[in-house]
Amino acid sequence: MPLWIRESESAELAPAAPGMVAASQRFTLAAIAGRKAGLIGLTLISLLLAAAVLAPLIATADPFAISGPSLSGPSWNHPMGTDAIGRDLFSGVLHGTRMSLLIAATVGLLAASCGVGVGMISGYYGGLVDDVLMRITEVFQVLPRFFLAAVAIALFGPGVDRLIIVLGLTSWPVLARVVRAEILATRQLDFVLSSEALGASPLRVFWRVLLPQVLPGVLVLLGLLMGQVLLVEASLGFVGLGDPNVVTWGMLAGQAQGLLRAGWWLALFPGMAITAAVLGLNLTADALSSLVQRR
Amino acid sequence: MQELNSRFVLRRLLQIVPTVLGIVLIGFVLIHFAPGDPVLALAGEHGDAAYYAFMRQRFGLDRSLPEQLAVYFARVVSGDMGMSYVHGRSTVALIMERVPATLLLTGTALIIAVAVSIPLGALAARRPHGARDIGISAAALGLYSAPAFWLGQLSILIVALQLGLLPVQGMTSAGDPNTGLLRVVDVARHLALPALVLASQELAALVRLTRGGLIDELARDHVRTARAKGLTELGVLFRHAMPRALLPVLTIIGARAGQLIAGTVVIEIVFGWPGIGRLLLTSLQNRDTPLLLALFMMVSIAVVLANLVTDLIYAALDPRVRIR
Repeated sequence: MPLWIRESESAELAPAAPGMVAASQRFTLAAIAGRKAGLIGLTLISLLLAAAVLAPLIATADPFAISGPSLSGPSWNHPMGTDAIGRDLFSGVLHGTRMSLLIAATVGLLAASCGVGVGMISGYYGGLVDDVLMRITEVFQVLPRFFLAAVAIALFGPGVDRLIIVLGLTSWPVLARVVRAEILATRQLDFVLSSEALGASPLRVFWRVLLPQVLPGVLVLLGLLMGQVLLVEASLGFVGLGDPNVVTWGMLAGQAQGLLRAGWWLALFPGMAITAAVLGLNLTADALSSLVQRR
Repeated sequence: MQELNSRFVLRRLLQIVPTVLGIVLIGFVLIHFAPGDPVLALAGEHGDAAYYAFMRQRFGLDRSLPEQLAVYFARVVSGDMGMSYVHGRSTVALIMERVPATLLLTGTALIIAVAVSIPLGALAARRPHGARDIGISAAALGLYSAPAFWLGQLSILIVALQLGLLPVQGMTSAGDPNTGLLRVVDVARHLALPALVLASQELAALVRLTRGGLIDELARDHVRTARAKGLTELGVLFRHAMPRALLPVLTIIGARAGQLIAGTVVIEIVFGWPGIGRLLLTSLQNRDTPLLLALFMMVSIAVVLANLVTDLIYAALDPRVRIR
């Protein structure tokens, strides 16, 4: 084994690394909501999803249009106040929900498919394949995503698509390593060997036997990872690396930076929305993780 | 601490080679996949024809792609990451000039984070799900979920603008030619807020990890034996549970190096701290691609080195990882 498995690989992400679980029990939303952390987390996520879907109905003002006096504090007409040129911040924050959740979900999907794929192949075949894949994983793991995104956007111009690609490319390695470690631990167990003995193709073994084993752990990590993605995406928007044609929370917070003295509400509300979203994901992941461990 | 096995150290050092190669390859791919002539990425947009011709020749852009990669790799490894046409100077020199300020901020934050997170984690792990644990864990999770720039903005609003306790921006007071001790105090007052905000983010991750590790560790047989021997609870904690529980914390400090530097950059922008963050911001505004590429390379290499150092310390402390 050329490389030791760091026992803390996933420790920062989950309070304790998700262990192996029998696949027999489903981790349903009801089970997650049964825990206090999970209930709060799922509530936050559902509220934000609702806000994203209903944004044009709740916030009728166009987030890009001038709709009131400039720099007026929170009021009945503008619950979160207005910015330097009189745009409604409430609309901005609500519409920003759409882009943030869309980016987090897409990056999550990309990272999950890459991470699970690489981790399974690496753990299942071992040997040279494992060696090469793990070296590649290491390169992607050390890439500082914030700086990579800065270069990519300076070279290719701003855009949501390249943002998703950069965030996805730098997010999968943790998943790959955790999946690989779980496959290594499961690989020689009887139920895997017996399905192989029955003549199951590797694809069937991956899909029907191994995937259910790693799925709970992957879901925990994915929740935490999407929270991190939201934070990075927000800081990129904050420094002005977002798409200027789309409202995002980070971009709104960036606009507030020069106006801290003039309007505290401009800094308060976008950051609050980001924190709520990340907290929702983290709490849900924590609840799922304690369900996984209790079994 | 036992002696480090030289074969282990050598193997770990050799592992760096493919990683650095990979990083350089990614930089190369970015330059060549970017729309337009690769010389624009290497030289920046503001050069003239003579400068472009010079850069084309310097990076062998008329040769085959593998040759170009070899040239590029040789340049980067020898520490030549191009010139910033905007500043008219070598990018590496520009970045190195800013590193001390960034290191001061990052280092202070890291020290605060480690010094505070370990006792807090231990306090939380004493009685899992007790009142103190719930308080500490909730606070840590809250900080872990909040964006760094938001905490920075809120702390400026409350501590600096509302209460007027600390300066809002910069590293030194303007027009204040203090020397000696007065200057140190001045810098420290400017450093306090950004360092605390940055530390709170790192702290949140470390508290969660210390707590989790200690809870696992305190349930183990060797801890039960130590308790049965009649050691005090503090003795059990520090002599028996802590050393093993803290090993993963060490790895995570290394693994989070990239995030810590990114966090520093954002905090520097919020607080007007004159480190690499401000440099990043101005190079983005100037579309100074050579400088951005150099920043990416240097931060990547710093992360690789941080991982190397923590892995070696880990191996020195824990013989188990050396055997394999």
